[in-house]
Amino acid sequence: MSVSVTVRNLEKTFNQFSALRGISLEVNSGELVALLGPSGSGKTTLLRCIAGLEYQNNGSVFFGDINADQLSLRERRIGFVFQQYALFKHMNVADNIAFGLRAKRRAIRPTESAIRLRVEELLNLIQLSGLELRYPSQLSGGQRQRVALARALAIEPRVLLLDEPFGALDAKVRKDLRRWLRELHARTGHTTLFVTHDQDEAFELADRVAILNNGLIEQIGTPSQILGYPKTKFIADFVDGINLKPLKAENIRNNVIELRATSSPQG
Amino acid sequence: MRIRVTLILVAVVFLCAFLFLPLAIVFIEAFRKGLFVFMSAFSDPDALAAIRLTLLVAAIAVPFNAIFGVAAAWTIAKFNFRGKNFLLTLIDLPFSISPVISGLVYVLLFGAQGWFGHWLKAHNVEIIFAVPGIVLATIFVTFPFVAREIIPLMQAQGTSEEEAALTLGASGWHTFLHVTLPNIKWALLYGVLLCNARAMGEFGAVSVVSGHIRGKTDTVPLHIEVLYNDYNFTAAFAVATLLASLGLVTLLLKSILEWKFADNLAATHHR
Repeated sequence: MSVSVTVRNLEKTFNQFSALRGISLEVNSGELVALLGPSGSGKTTLLRCIAGLEYQNNGSVFFGDINADQLSLRERRIGFVFQQYALFKHMNVADNIAFGLRAKRRAIRPTESAIRLRVEELLNLIQLSGLELRYPSQLSGGQRQRVALARALAIEPRVLLLDEPFGALDAKVRKDLRRWLRELHARTGHTTLFVTHDQDEAFELADRVAILNNGLIEQIGTPSQILGYPKTKFIADFVDGINLKPLKAENIRNNVIELRATSSPQG
Repeated sequence: MRIRVTLILVAVVFLCAFLFLPLAIVFIEAFRKGLFVFMSAFSDPDALAAIRLTLLVAAIAVPFNAIFGVAAAWTIAKFNFRGKNFLLTLIDLPFSISPVISGLVYVLLFGAQGWFGHWLKAHNVEIIFAVPGIVLATIFVTFPFVAREIIPLMQAQGTSEEEAALTLGASGWHTFLHVTLPNIKWALLYGVLLCNARAMGEFGAVSVVSGHIRGKTDTVPLHIEVLYNDYNFTAAFAVATLLASLGLVTLLLKSILEWKFADNLAATHHR
């Protein structure tokens, strides 16, 4: 079901501002990848370009072998979860989750009973059975986020894209949801990209983390790769837990440089 | 304490003198000569024709402005483009132009001496001094009501629900019907209400293009003026009670909407 995502040399400009300056990225099928970076680094723009909510000026996006540029937003079948949930205020939980199924063309639309079954299944998955008749305003932030996720999962998306999924939640709920999302991903196996500016979240959840800065990917790798071998000065500064020590070259001899840490560590 | 009482008293006296009293006089004068005379004002075929014409004009102008108001609001609230502010100003134009001028513009365009006058005459199309002119003038004058009511609400709501619907595979039309429209329905109803009240009560612009042909191109407000000029005061006031009642009903519905759906109208600025 899940496919790989390939991004090739993606560029996006808003007016004069370059949001993406040639981004290439491979996400394997079933992988969970975090896009981490400070605000304005282009991570949300990248996610929206992959979803088809923005059009890149250059470069292309592939889902498996399919060039996504040839697909309309409808045809991309992306599960997108918005930062502020974007639940339909005037619909109850069940209708929210069923929206994507009911919006299908008549020829491929499931029957109403099949839709109801699928909604029930998803409510179980997000552990909100019994709340199907509630309206979004009657739910907590964490519950809303889970409904938004169920709504995205209902259409059996090729890829799951989450934009700051826990950004609007308090610390305790964030932690719980993080664990829950990890488990959910293990069970459903969707190729997932999520945007965050919280490095704990990125390192705890993701198989690999891509660190963005100024519209470019500075480094992509597993959490331990990034923490152990930060590629650039920016990453060392941005990521807590990396200590840069100024070193002094001593005893340069036979192409071997001996380095020694000076007394005052920084960073 | 004394200041508060004084201020409230001033406000109440002012409201009575300028709002309540004139309204009361309309009803008092209408019934002064009894129910029979009141009713006979409505058995006059010219009065019936005026009522029919007013209903017809509103039945065309209000849906027209509802549809185009929603379209304009959608364009302005959901998209970014060059000239957006200019479009916003343009929508407000009918508010800032005297209705008489609005009417005159149509005479200059479609009247016998107007730009398209000869062409229209050659093709036997009557606009000025006929029903189409009245409809056009009414549409022009009442254009901003629906659009102005919805634009701030749509802007406040943003586009994320629509984007969510589109990523879930909904068509543009499905998104509009099932996501956008339910979110604006009370503000839309509110705008339609105000639009309707103005469409039925419009005098200035319609007066210029109508030509006052009794029983043919007189709307209710014009008919009232004709009756009044004929010193037929009771009949004039009797017909005026119709418009006054329309105003009261509109006010009542408006208050109910504001009271029941305050949240849904919250982003709307009230005039």
